[in-house]
Amino acid sequence: MNTGIPLQYFLILAAIMFFVGIYGFLTRRNLITILMSVELILNSVNINFLAFNRYLFPHKMEGLFFSLFVIGVAAAEAAVAIAIIINIYRRFATINVEDVNEMKY
Amino acid sequence: MNFNYTLWILAVPFLMFILLGLAGHKLKPGLSGLLGTGGLAVITVLSYITAYLYFFRTGATEGVYTKISAFNYTWLQLTDKLHIDIGVLLDPISVMMLVVITTVSLMVHIYSLGYMKGERGFERFFAFLSLFSFSMLGLVVATNIFQMYIFWELVGISSYILIGFYYEKPSAVRASKKAFIVTRFADLGFLIGILILSFNTRTFDFITLTDPAGPAITQTGGAAFLGLSVITWSMILVYMGGVGKSAMFPFHIWLPDAMEGPTPVSALIHAATMVVAGVYLVARMFPIYFFAAPAALEVVAYIGAFSSLFAAVIACTQTDIKRVLAYSTMSQIGYMMLALGVSGYGGHDGLGFMASMFHLSTHAMFKALLFLCAGAIIHAVHSNFMTDMGGLRRYLPVTHLTFLIACLTIAGIPPMSGFFSKDEILVAAFHHSWFLFGVEYAVAGLTAFYMFRLYFSIFWGNETHYHHTPHEAPATMTIPLIILAAGSAFAGFIPFSRLITSDGVPFETEIEWAVAIPSVLIGLAGIAVAFLMYSRRSGIPDRLAAKFKYAYKWSYNKFYIDEIYLFITRGIIFRYISQPVAWFDRHIVDGTMNSIAAVTQYISFRIRRFQSGQLQKYAFVFVSGAVLLIVLLVYLWNQ
Repeated sequence: MNTGIPLQYFLILAAIMFFVGIYGFLTRRNLITILMSVELILNSVNINFLAFNRYLFPHKMEGLFFSLFVIGVAAAEAAVAIAIIINIYRRFATINVEDVNEMKY
Repeated sequence: MNFNYTLWILAVPFLMFILLGLAGHKLKPGLSGLLGTGGLAVITVLSYITAYLYFFRTGATEGVYTKISAFNYTWLQLTDKLHIDIGVLLDPISVMMLVVITTVSLMVHIYSLGYMKGERGFERFFAFLSLFSFSMLGLVVATNIFQMYIFWELVGISSYILIGFYYEKPSAVRASKKAFIVTRFADLGFLIGILILSFNTRTFDFITLTDPAGPAITQTGGAAFLGLSVITWSMILVYMGGVGKSAMFPFHIWLPDAMEGPTPVSALIHAATMVVAGVYLVARMFPIYFFAAPAALEVVAYIGAFSSLFAAVIACTQTDIKRVLAYSTMSQIGYMMLALGVSGYGGHDGLGFMASMFHLSTHAMFKALLFLCAGAIIHAVHSNFMTDMGGLRRYLPVTHLTFLIACLTIAGIPPMSGFFSKDEILVAAFHHSWFLFGVEYAVAGLTAFYMFRLYFSIFWGNETHYHHTPHEAPATMTIPLIILAAGSAFAGFIPFSRLITSDGVPFETEIEWAVAIPSVLIGLAGIAVAFLMYSRRSGIPDRLAAKFKYAYKWSYNKFYIDEIYLFITRGIIFRYISQPVAWFDRHIVDGTMNSIAAVTQYISFRIRRFQSGQLQKYAFVFVSGAVLLIVLLVYLWNQ
């Protein structure tokens, strides 16, 4: 059952992934990269879910299902986001968020 | 007899106004013109039926014409006592006015079909003519003074719109504004007069107000102010409204300028109907004037006499034919006012009242005719100035003949109608005061002179060179001329004193030759002088003008009344009252508001950078906030 890897390792990995995602989300200007950062954040959360489920409540399934659900939503969100990005590209010929500022002020 | 149907006399032109005003641009111009004219023809017929029924069937009870309230509707019930009604009141003068207004209006409508043909805004013109007819008819059938005031203002606004019909012409716009502001200022007096009067008499209703035995006249003594009773003051204020609308001195300045409007409008509004509203007002309130406010009646007489002389003198030197006619209108309305002012009440004493109404209806005919002729002349020559005309009798035979009839009528030559009505006025003045009679007698001569000056300069004189040969107007224009000429010539034989009297009791009149013969003689003298001076282009007018240089200049410049007004308004009121007020408004009132706005704007400009529109910045703030909260929470947890 216990594989020898402590729970903290999973949590540290997830935290690193989460902040890498946040960092990417805040600093990148390319919409695709921002989308990738969001995926990173979601996946770090998934790792947390699975790790807690496995280590703290091994006889329950909620964490597993939740992460599956997150993956499903993330897939849908990616589809929508990419569609939006394509449309933005058609409209402005760019996917740099700083240039897409028609609604500013 | 049920006179309920008279409501349609008001409803038809109003509906026509709505129809032409809203859907006129979708109709063909010719159709909208025909619709407007057709609507008016219907109410003309209704008016004639009403007149027949009233005068010859049911109006008189035991030989006395009574006031019939044909329709009454409580429009605004403000309190138990205070309510404003809308209705139709039939009595001799309102029925007479119905006939006069619809007749002239119908003629002008038909004439306009030809005169305005091809003009831009043809249907707009007919829509506003309908509005005017509606307002004017509503004014004359008003059952109470407040309804009269409402329609009085409606008439004012339709006059304003029609003077400014050519709204692309700056002079027309100026003239319309001038007319509106001057009459509106006078109406302020009217409104205050109504309020004082009805406060003291506790009623708006004409039947109650003008009953000589009624409470309004017998039971109002009371407070006095500057030696005159309150009722007298209120009646003088009411008369001020009439002075404004009827272009009496000193509110006459708008009328000559109002000639900027299309000529049919001048004929209808500024000659035949609207400008006599002031006369009608005094006639309507006559018992109050006579019994409760004789001093106010003296004011009416003297303002009328002065205006008629004043306008006649100015008319002698003007060269714009429409302006000559405008001053002549003012002069003739002065006659009517004077006749009311010198009139007594009841039976033969009420001769002046009858004469005034008589002159009102004959004047409506011949003055509308003169204006329509002027329109035909202007149509043919494309100029308003008599200096550009001469020898037109060969080119415009119909216009020439009808114009001559109108001139003879206004000069008071028998057997034209003007002779009879003017004669009655002179007789009434003769029995009242020598002075007023003398003034009016002189005016009769001046009238004949300036009208025939106009006639000879236009139709005789030396023929001027025209760019293209003048031609007679189309039939739609000449037929109204002929009908009106027939009216002017024969209306004098209507036995007015048997129909329209101050107290409703008919009486007999006969021509007093002692007054009639001298008045015809002075008319003929005026014509003769005009013939000598203007039938051929002679040097006499210029020599006279040079000899009486100052008199000529003052008359030509209308006695500088306009300049005096300009000085008072611009030099005194604007400079010493309006400008400081405007400064205060601009710098203190607006300044406070503007500085509040400026501060707000400055701050918002500063802080709007926060709203960058960049999602990432928002996210950064959000994440930082979340991290901060967690740190705080952890810190507090550990405490």
